[in-house]
Amino acid sequence: MRARVRFFQAFLLLFLVLGWEFSVRLGWVDAFFFSKPSDIAARIFEWFKSGEIYGHLWITLWETLLAFLIGTVFGVVMGLWLALAPTASAVLDPFIKALNSIPRVILAPIFTLWFGLGVASKVALGVTLVFFVAFFNTYQGIKEVNPVVLANARMLGASGRQLLQHVYLPSAASWIFSSLRTSIGFAVIGAVVGEYLGAAKGLGYLISQAEGVFDTTGVFAGMVVLAVFVVLLDWAVSRVEARLLVWRPEPGREGGTV
Amino acid sequence: MRSDASAPAIQLSRVSQRFGDYVAIRGVDLVAAPGEFVAIVGPTGCGKSTLLNIVAGLKPPAEGEVRIFGKPLAGLNRQAGYLFQADSLLPWKTALGNVMLGLVLRGVADGEAREQARGWLAKVGLRGFEDRYPHQLSGGMKKRVALAQVLILRPKILLMDEPFGALDVQTRQLMENELLALWQEDRKTVLFVTHDLEEAIALADRVVVFSAGPASRIVGDFPVELPRPRDVAEVRLTEDFLKIHREIWGLLREEVMRAHAR
Ligand SMILES: Nc1ncnc2c1ncn2[C@@H]1O[C@H](COP(=O)(O)OP(=O)(O)OP(=O)(O)O)[C@@H](O)[C@H]1O
Ligand SMILES: [Mg+2]
Repeated sequence: MRARVRFFQAFLLLFLVLGWEFSVRLGWVDAFFFSKPSDIAARIFEWFKSGEIYGHLWITLWETLLAFLIGTVFGVVMGLWLALAPTASAVLDPFIKALNSIPRVILAPIFTLWFGLGVASKVALGVTLVFFVAFFNTYQGIKEVNPVVLANARMLGASGRQLLQHVYLPSAASWIFSSLRTSIGFAVIGAVVGEYLGAAKGLGYLISQAEGVFDTTGVFAGMVVLAVFVVLLDWAVSRVEARLLVWRPEPGREGGTV
Repeated sequence: MRSDASAPAIQLSRVSQRFGDYVAIRGVDLVAAPGEFVAIVGPTGCGKSTLLNIVAGLKPPAEGEVRIFGKPLAGLNRQAGYLFQADSLLPWKTALGNVMLGLVLRGVADGEAREQARGWLAKVGLRGFEDRYPHQLSGGMKKRVALAQVLILRPKILLMDEPFGALDVQTRQLMENELLALWQEDRKTVLFVTHDLEEAIALADRVVVFSAGPASRIVGDFPVELPRPRDVAEVRLTEDFLKIHREIWGLLREEVMRAHAR
């Protein structure tokens, strides 16, 4: 099953890449607008060979991780607090919804104004995205705690803090982890969009530079590097998740009754 | 407001419970002496779980008073261990982690808690299953873990809500006998909810019958004077058992029919 899926995935990728390459070579589409895979591969190889990509990658990674960590910590803490304090939650609800409805791209220039052209403005943009993902998932995760399990822990003598440690957090963990994987993506978006709109370094900056001179090969090469970068980060998070959530039944292989 | 050695373990006076406009139970008086095994039977939805939740202190009654060993109950009932009707194990903890939880919450050292939990798992027949997560255990095993989880804290009162309802007949009789053996050791006060009258009679000192809801109340209270120790399979065949069964069943059948007629 798994091998078959991998096989078809490889096949599909090969098909698309070859189709693209030959469409350009046979003159069906214009290389100026679409570049072609062999050029893109050559460009990426060149970036790594000359080493010029590392500085950009490093900056983007750094911005991503900072936005991811800060946004997640704030999101989880706020999610916990509001889920466990109904009054505060009712008071803050419209504010949170309003804040979350702001399209983040609009914030980018303001953050540049506030925090400058460096790392901080990109991190701020990422945080505004990551925060809400972590917040909503944590909130939901806490709200969905099984009331019988909760009552059981209370009967066994758990205090408020102990309920947090032994029931709420582990129960919300699967929600929080699924949010982490979305968050990593959003953190990258925050970083790259920020760089794209005004920076001196980073993958977003690289792509925007290439666009500025109509270098489609450079744009696509930047996108490929970015995609691989996100896939690797996502893979890292899913590994951590698998380690920490061993207690979860595998979907479709449910052992007990529901 | 002092605890009284001669006071009943559980004393409910004119207890009622409402959910919105729906009156689940009304005017329930129930007394359980220390060490008494009381079974509660009644048609489905009559308010048996509601009653246990009140005694556990999870949801205070709308009206009436609950006294535990003579003291009015305020907040959670710290003397009681509660075996819930639904799955209540913490899915993210292993069998061992679940059983030792109560001790850990009380600040018992990890090694000591682990040691005791191992002992209790062995006692309920689950040696070798320490590292399984709940989803890797069968329904009966989960109930055993839940039982060990509650008993390790040595509660004076044990509240059990259809603990063996979902089990097959053989496992069920096995666990009923194990429960009686454990109970024989230190004679806790037990409130045992079941919809199975035979189980109620086989286990209990007294069988209390609830009427069909709404506004369910106690309509019968029957002593079970069968000798102990009992074997739940054998006691069912005795003449005395059948006599008590006929007597209670006459009443219970009426209530079950009324519950269905609604
Ligand atoms: N949280 C609740 N909100 C509204 N109604 C409730 C709630 N809990 C219980 N009830 C109602 O109260 C009545 C008694 O419920 P309860 O769970 O105590 O019944 P039970 O005797 O334990 O039934 P069973 O034998 O099926 O477990 C039912 O009619 C149920 O619908
Ligand atoms: Mg019930």
